[in-house]
Amino acid sequence: MSDPILELSAVHTDIAQYHILQGVDLTVPRGGVTMLLGRNGVGKTTTLRTIIGHWQAKSGSLHFNGADITTMPTPARARAGIGFVPEDMGIFSDLTVEENMILAAASGPLDPARMQWIFEAFPPLKTFWRSEAGNLSGGQKQMLSIARAMAEERQLYLIDEPTKGLAPAIISTMAGALRDLKAKGASILLVEQNFAVARALGDTAAVMDDGRIVWAGEMAELAGDATLQERLMGLSMEAH
Amino acid sequence: MTTAAPDHAPKYAQLSLADRLGKAMPLLLVPLLVIFGFLSIGSTSSWLTLTVSGLAMGMMIFIMASGLTLVFGLMDVINFGHGAFISVGAYVGISALLALESWTGVPSLLLNVSAVLAAVIAAMCVTGALGWGFERVIVRPVYGAHLKQILVTVGGLIVIEQLIHVVWGPDEIFLTRPEMLKGAVTFAGAAIEKYRLLAVVFGLVLFVAMRLVLKRTKIGLIVRAGVQNGEMVEALGYRLRLVFIGVFVAGSALAGLGGVMWGLYQEVITAGMGEEMMILVFIVVIIGGLGSVEGAFIGALLVGLLQNYVAFLEPKLALISNIALMTAVLMWRPQGMMPVVKAK
Repeated sequence: MSDPILELSAVHTDIAQYHILQGVDLTVPRGGVTMLLGRNGVGKTTTLRTIIGHWQAKSGSLHFNGADITTMPTPARARAGIGFVPEDMGIFSDLTVEENMILAAASGPLDPARMQWIFEAFPPLKTFWRSEAGNLSGGQKQMLSIARAMAEERQLYLIDEPTKGLAPAIISTMAGALRDLKAKGASILLVEQNFAVARALGDTAAVMDDGRIVWAGEMAELAGDATLQERLMGLSMEAH
Repeated sequence: MTTAAPDHAPKYAQLSLADRLGKAMPLLLVPLLVIFGFLSIGSTSSWLTLTVSGLAMGMMIFIMASGLTLVFGLMDVINFGHGAFISVGAYVGISALLALESWTGVPSLLLNVSAVLAAVIAAMCVTGALGWGFERVIVRPVYGAHLKQILVTVGGLIVIEQLIHVVWGPDEIFLTRPEMLKGAVTFAGAAIEKYRLLAVVFGLVLFVAMRLVLKRTKIGLIVRAGVQNGEMVEALGYRLRLVFIGVFVAGSALAGLGGVMWGLYQEVITAGMGEEMMILVFIVVIIGGLGSVEGAFIGALLVGLLQNYVAFLEPKLALISNIALMTAVLMWRPQGMMPVVKAK
């Protein structure tokens, strides 16, 4: 695994009195999708939030493109090329879809070619372009959340459970958009509970338990080994 | 690429009249209060005088409150020291006007307006710079700690008030308005002070300008988005800290402007005037909804109008009219009329 885009070494993160990340070692290869898997409450979301800088690592180090970003503030990490789609989508509900997208293009005006691509991936965003984002359905909000990350060229996307609670048709749209991002050469670190999506998109995988990475390897290897899944996550992924 | 999401056109439901009125109710409250005033007061001339006076007072309170509501909305900071900027603004502005007596004492519109503009600019520069220092020294160490914010900003307020005593002396300063702003115009039998009319127009222009900045510019978008979800704004690459400092400085400068206007309105200034105004300012911020400039605007007009009407109709009740208004609004909408910030 040469030239990784992101490396976490022995990262510890506390939230108030809770010691959540207890020495995370994670390598995200350049290009492709890395799945971050594990049961609820093992620290997947905290890992993503530590990478974007919403939580500061208490110890350990984070390197992005070879540069140490451990103490870098969140806006600088974003400007360095990390896009973040949080679990709660982080939509600005009082702003219109258009205003949400304008904000997402932090370095300048929206690029028409990129917008065309986004509208092809998520047609409802065009339909509701001037509507308040708070009035969108859950699926449409998730589309907007991912579209916002796609509004500018990013090198690494951190995406937290993009298919949670969505209808199968919308999940298929999400998976299509992520596949398209991957095809354009982006690196994606994806937290996902939907096994079909994880298996279809993942190139590599890392499984967390109790605030640590307990297994890392090829997604195909994990997907094809029910015993391994049982051992790492307490149940077979087919059971999802 | 898969595009399985339904690409349907939105279908709009027909809202009932009650639903539509409910949404617009905060906006309707101001005209409703004006109509209530008209019906209660009886005399058209008295009503007109009181209405203009109430609107002028409301506009000045809005100018003082607008910065505070954004500061609270953006960074969850409760700044009791905001009143100090009002007092300092008034003292700097009025000192400038006193120094320019040769411009204010002659009946020349150009010279009078120039003197007021010079006073306003001086006040806003000083209070803006003071706000910058206040944020760095007093507010920054206590982010995220509300109790400490209250204690330390009240302390800052007291220190600045005492510094005013040191610089300008402990006595109140009386002043007279520039010649062209003295007196009243008569309209429909009502005497309306020129200065109050000017305050209404000025406040309205400022509100429209502020709305335009917030709605039409990228910095406005960042501020509005930051009030809702600051973390996400940072994750998009914007340095919210810098935006916050900018808003804090602008809010302090506006408080200074409000102080000059209030001083000219009352024709007397004291070191404690900002502290006294803070009660009304907080009522406006709370009933407007934390973080909402539009809410603060409507709230300020309601406070100004109600205080004037009640003082005329039942002077003894004037003291509690605004507290009663706040109680009523919070019973109706516990998060204020137009809340932007979610309860934290």
